[in-house]
Amino acid sequence: MPTFYLDDSEIPFTDGETILEAAMSAGRYIPHLCWRPELEPHSSCRLCTVTINGRPFSSCTQPALKGQKVECDTPALLAMRRAVIQMLFVEGNHHCPCCEKSGACKLQATAYLLGMQDSHFHHRFPVRMRDLSHEGVSLDRDRCIRCEICVRASRALDGKNVFAIHGRGIESNLAVNSPSGLLKGSAISPDDAAVRLCPTGALIAKGRGFESPIGLRAYDREPLSSIELREYQARRAVHD
Amino acid sequence: MLSRVAAPLETATHPEALRRVVIEPVSRVEGHGKVTLLLDDEGHVRQARLHIAEFRGFETFIQGRPYREVPVLVQRLCGICPVSHHLAAAKAIDVLVGARTLTPTAEKLRRLLHLGQTLQSHALHFFHLASPDLLFGYDSDVASRNIIGVIQAHPTIALQGVKLRKYGQEVIRILSGKRVHGVLAIPGGVNRSLSRDDGESLKKDIDQVVAWSQGAVKTARDLYLADLEKNAAFGSFRSNFVSLIARDGSLELYDGGLRARDHLGHEVFDHLNCDRYLRHIHEEVKSWSYMKFPFIVALGSDEGWYRVGPLARLNNADRIRTPLAESERAVFARLGEGGPVHATMAYHEARMIEMLYAAEAIRELLDDPDCYGSDLVIRGERAFEGVGVVEAPRGTLIHHYEVDETDAIVRANLIVATTNNNNAMNTAVREVAARDLDGRELTEGLLNHIEVAIRAYDPCLSCATHALGAMALDVSLEDASGLLVDRLVRDSDGRVARPGAP
Repeated sequence: MPTFYLDDSEIPFTDGETILEAAMSAGRYIPHLCWRPELEPHSSCRLCTVTINGRPFSSCTQPALKGQKVECDTPALLAMRRAVIQMLFVEGNHHCPCCEKSGACKLQATAYLLGMQDSHFHHRFPVRMRDLSHEGVSLDRDRCIRCEICVRASRALDGKNVFAIHGRGIESNLAVNSPSGLLKGSAISPDDAAVRLCPTGALIAKGRGFESPIGLRAYDREPLSSIELREYQARRAVHD
Repeated sequence: MLSRVAAPLETATHPEALRRVVIEPVSRVEGHGKVTLLLDDEGHVRQARLHIAEFRGFETFIQGRPYREVPVLVQRLCGICPVSHHLAAAKAIDVLVGARTLTPTAEKLRRLLHLGQTLQSHALHFFHLASPDLLFGYDSDVASRNIIGVIQAHPTIALQGVKLRKYGQEVIRILSGKRVHGVLAIPGGVNRSLSRDDGESLKKDIDQVVAWSQGAVKTARDLYLADLEKNAAFGSFRSNFVSLIARDGSLELYDGGLRARDHLGHEVFDHLNCDRYLRHIHEEVKSWSYMKFPFIVALGSDEGWYRVGPLARLNNADRIRTPLAESERAVFARLGEGGPVHATMAYHEARMIEMLYAAEAIRELLDDPDCYGSDLVIRGERAFEGVGVVEAPRGTLIHHYEVDETDAIVRANLIVATTNNNNAMNTAVREVAARDLDGRELTEGLLNHIEVAIRAYDPCLSCATHALGAMALDVSLEDASGLLVDRLVRDSDGRVARPGAP
C-alpha cells in the first residue's frame, strides 16, 4: 500500500483517498467542521488546512500522493486553525452558556480541541433572522457557520433540498426553500440528516433541549477527536 | 406610616447646597451599589439613598428566545443564587408545557437542589460577608474586618462556614452537573435522577451539616442577644412582609401560595395563587435608581412596600416542618412579643434558622425513595403564559413569561428578591443615617454602620436591576486634568438637563 508522510508519521492510503480520509483511517485527527464522511467534501471551513512544500491545501479535498510530505501540526498551522475558529465565533452570535447544543456542539468542541481561550477578535454582533416557525425544528442563523452541511445533507441524504446559501461573503446566509422563506411550509423534519448533522446549534430539533445532563453530553466524557476517529473507522470497516 | 423617617430623608429639598458623601462600592454584598448621603453645614443628614450602580436587561434581551432556553439563560443573572432563577423560570415554563404537577421524583429533586442552594447561600452570607461586622464590631479595624480576619481570630467558625457552603455546593454539583450554572430543570421535569452512590456520598456528611447549622443558629442568636437593645433598634423599622407559604401555613421555599402580612401581623392576602401576583403587587420606578420599588396594591405605594427574605418568611410561617428548625423558630418568634419581628439585625438569626431547616430537609430527602426514581418528565396542555415563584435565599423571586405560538418569549417580568427589599434597604439606610450618623463627624467605622444595615438583607444587586427604556444617566465630561467641562443628566422619564445651566 502506498504511503505519505503526515508530519513524522507514515500514513498508508488507497488510491483516490484524500489526505484527511487517509489520516482519519490511520488514527490521525485533522480538525474540520464542513467535512462529513457521508457527504461530498466542501473545503470551506479551512480548518483542515495542511501545507505541502510550503503551500496550503485543504486536506479534505487534496488527494494523497505517494511519498508526499504533508505538514499538519506545525505551530503556524495550529495558530491558523485557532484564528479560524476564533473568527467563526466572533462572526456570529454564539452564546454557549444557554445554547441547547452546548456539550454536543462540534464548533464548541473544536474550539476546546484547538485550545481557544478567548475570542481575540472584536465581535461583530450581526443581526440575523431567527426562524422558530416550524413546530419541530428551529433555525437560529446567529449560530450558522455556513458550512453547508445542511444544504448538502438535505439534498443528498434527505432528498429534500430544503436549504441554500444566499448573499455573498460575510453577508451570506442560510435560505430556506419554502414559499414564505420560513421553515414552516418547507419539507424539513426533526429527524432529517440536515438537522442531525448540523455542527452547531443553528438547526435544532425542538423539545429535546438540555435533556442530556451536564457530564453525560456527547463531548463531556470523550474528546471530539476520539469519537470521530472511532466512528470513521467503524464506518470504513463496514464499507470495506 | 410604617417608618418614622422614611419620607423626609429620601429627597432633600435643596440638594445643591449640601455636602455629598459617597460609600462606593458597598462592600461584602453581591453586585455593585453605592450609598449617597447629603449633609448640611452642621453635619445633619438631609438625604440618604442606596443606588444600584449596575444595569442588567434580561427582561428585554430574552425576548425572541425559545422558552426552552430560558431556565438556563436567566440563571446567568447571578453567580450566587442561579439555582433560584433556574427553578423560578423552570416553574413558569412548566406551566407553558402543561406540567402544573410534576412527577414526585422531579419535584423532590428540584426541592433538593433548591435546599442545597439555600444552604450554601446562607452560609456564604453569614460566615463570609456578615460575620466580620458581628464578631468584631461595626467600628472595628477595617484591616481585619473581613473573612481573613475571621479565619485568624475564629478559625473554627470560619472553617464551618466554608464547609457548610461546600456541602450545599456539592448538592448542586451532583444534581445539576456544575457548582455554578448547572442544569437540572427542563420543561416539565428534570434531566437526571439521583444515583444511589451520590445519595450515599451526600448522606455521609449531612449529620455534621445539621449539627453545624444548629451551632450557627446559636452563634447568630448569641451575637444578637449580647446587645439586645442596640441590635433591636439598629436600622429598625416596621414593615409589611411577603413570602411563599405552604398549604398548611408552614415555611415553604419552593412552591406554595403567596402570603402578605402587615406590620402588625394581620393578613393582607393569603395562599394567593402565584399566577395572580400582578393584581396584588406593582412596581414603582424612581428616577434615581435602576432598581424598581414594588408594593402591595391594596395598601398603595406609600404604605404597601414590604420586606422579603428570611425575616419575612419566619414572620409569615406558622411553623417549620422540620423539628430542630421549628424549635428554633419558636424561640426566635418571642423577639416579636406577639407580633412580627421587625429588627433588621434579626435577619441573621432567621437566616441561620432557615439554613438549619435546609440541612434537615436535605437529610429527609436523601432517605426518600422518590429522589432515586426514573419518572422524570411530564407534559400536558400547552399554555402561552406562565408564572413561577420560588423563595430565593434573599426572598420571593417571581418570573413571569409570555410566549407566542412559535415558542418565542414575547414578554418577561422578573421581580427579584432584592428588588422586593429595595424600599426596606433604603429605609434601613435612612434609619441608620438619622440615628447613628446625624450631626457627627463621619468616619469609616460610622459609614460601615450603613453597610451593616444593607448587608443584613443580603442583597444581590446584580440580580435586581431590570429597568429598561429611558435609562437614568449622569454623564460627566472632564478634561485631562480631571476638571469638569460639562455634565448632562437624563432622568427615568427621558428628560435631559444640564445641571447648573440656566
